[in-house]
Amino acid sequence: MNLLAGINPVTRILALILLTTPLLLSVDIVSAAVALGFTLLAAPLCGVSWGRLLRRGWPILMAAPLAAVPMALYGRPEGETYLHFLLIHVTDNSLQLAAAIFVRVLAVGLPVVVLSADVDPTDLGDGLAQVLHLPARFVLGAVAATRLVSLFRDDLDSMRRARRARGIADQGRIRHFLTLAFGLLVLSLRRGTKLATAMEARGFNRVAEHGRTWARESTLSGRDGVVMSVCLVASVAAIGIAVAVGSFRFLGVA
Amino acid sequence: MTALVEARGLGWRHASRVDPALENISLRLERGEKVLLTGRSGAGKSTLLAALAGLLGDEEDGDQTGTLTIDGTVGMVLQDPDSQVIASRVGDDVAFGCENLRIPREEIWPRVRRALDLVGLDLPLDHPTRHLSGGQKQRLALAGVIAMGADLILLDEPTANLDPVGQREVVEAVTAVAAETDATLFVVEHRPQLWVPLMDRFLHLDEDGLHESTAAGLPAPPVLPAARGVAPGTPPLVSARDLQTIWGPPRTLDLPQGASTVITGPNGAGKSTLALTLAGLLDPVGGELTYAEELRQGLRKSPHAWSSRQLAQRVGYVFQDPEHQFVARTVAEEMAVSGGPQERIDELLHRLRLTHLAEANPFTLSGGEKRRLSVATALVNAPALLVLDEPTFGQDPTTFVELVGMVRELTDRGVTVASITHDELYAHALGDHLVEVR
Repeated sequence: MNLLAGINPVTRILALILLTTPLLLSVDIVSAAVALGFTLLAAPLCGVSWGRLLRRGWPILMAAPLAAVPMALYGRPEGETYLHFLLIHVTDNSLQLAAAIFVRVLAVGLPVVVLSADVDPTDLGDGLAQVLHLPARFVLGAVAATRLVSLFRDDLDSMRRARRARGIADQGRIRHFLTLAFGLLVLSLRRGTKLATAMEARGFNRVAEHGRTWARESTLSGRDGVVMSVCLVASVAAIGIAVAVGSFRFLGVA
Repeated sequence: MTALVEARGLGWRHASRVDPALENISLRLERGEKVLLTGRSGAGKSTLLAALAGLLGDEEDGDQTGTLTIDGTVGMVLQDPDSQVIASRVGDDVAFGCENLRIPREEIWPRVRRALDLVGLDLPLDHPTRHLSGGQKQRLALAGVIAMGADLILLDEPTANLDPVGQREVVEAVTAVAAETDATLFVVEHRPQLWVPLMDRFLHLDEDGLHESTAAGLPAPPVLPAARGVAPGTPPLVSARDLQTIWGPPRTLDLPQGASTVITGPNGAGKSTLALTLAGLLDPVGGELTYAEELRQGLRKSPHAWSSRQLAQRVGYVFQDPEHQFVARTVAEEMAVSGGPQERIDELLHRLRLTHLAEANPFTLSGGEKRRLSVATALVNAPALLVLDEPTFGQDPTTFVELVGMVRELTDRGVTVASITHDELYAHALGDHLVEVR
């Protein structure tokens, strides 16, 4: 089941902004927890099962404790002290902040995972150019470049083997990595140049002056409005509940 | 009726070069003409094509002399199939040119379908372009140009990187296009024979400029001595028994010592995987891979466990794309990286006509020079086994003949050579032992 199937990719970006921006106003655990709860409940309805959320979202699950631990150790000391060692000061307040940051990273990060799932770069490009009116040459260049990413992998494999075949793979790891990185950079630039030539050979150079038409129409419909409204309601509700229970802390102070 | 293309005294000099790439070209192309252009590499064919396609750039990129007027839409198909796929879906790729010409949406899709029909690509519009073969990619690019309604279709060595099946597909598609539209065709090819039946005008470009020519005046395919076969009882240098690679079925084959083995087979059969595995660059999944003592030179372990240095002293590998194996800033450094005595480096540079380029950046060399350098680097350590993956792809006849001659010299000196190729001429000249992979 996927309630987001067929919506404009631009809606996903706008919905993300509506859902997460209000959360940046407050560093408290309640608003973040409500928003996170919403995301977790909505994810399976948006075509991202919890298993998939875990697989795709692991960098965020790693980042959350990394962000929370320094907060626990160095956050503004207040209330009872649990541990004090040099600059490390674990207190009631720092632990509260740490928990709030932990949940907040998830609350801001996981919607990105849900909303960016199954987005087709071509459809996104159509939306960015036709709905948001970003410059066509920029958008089309970026969309075409996404296709090159899969070629980089093949390039890298071939370059690794070539270095082994030439007897230079035994050298130090860092040196090896540097020559690989440099080679990949050169190859990417060359692939990019060739792709640009192919695009110019099909009339792309006229777009800057004359504009272009779009074979696929990209518009916003009522469903897009509903998705954005639901996200806005969710984030406003999260803030509202935090204010109501008195845990709202503007930017983590007060 | 006015001519489609009228060039008078056309010349072009790249901003970074002293000598012009193109000088004093006069050319008139009528509507519906089918023109084949040949010429030595470096004569300016690519520059002429770029000029016709409007891709030369502005004053910052170089100086133009003379005049060029084109009364119509131009589209171009390039040599490398992989670098000209623009969109991730077939239909979108064909539509791309139409959109840039500001053709209304309702008109684009009928054009796209008709163009795909014409080039024989019977695929759904949302078919992913990454699953296309080389021949299909070239036909896709051609469809994109046809959908634009191009009056002048430029084809820059469209079959140079394709296997024989892909080459036939592209020539058939272009033939169908020529029959159905009145577009002017302008084809540049190193191997023109494929195109002769379709063409009605032949041009040749050299240092003295552009000349009219005839089908009979085309450069004939190079005549090369035939392969020699393998003397009975020649021991194998490498022998594979039910060798299972990461791709394809188990294979049993030998590379006879001091002979040239040619490995052929359709795209996607796993030829490169097999060659990489035979050369100790990919781990075998199962089966047996045995190297003779002449190749092991005292090493006991399986070749895949050898150090990079040990492997390079025994096996040379020439990759399909030379750029993958370049690591240094100059040709001289590139040769030195692999080790080997200086006399040998100098000798190889001389033998492969690269001495004057010793200080040049490998990435700035021409296609033929890059290929020669990649072969030179593989030979620096005087390996007992040399493996080449599609060494003649995209090469002009001069480089082609040179490569064949050099491989023969190597086997004469006792080096064992194995090549993957689609090229019938190459297989004819160097297939002492033929292995067909399917």
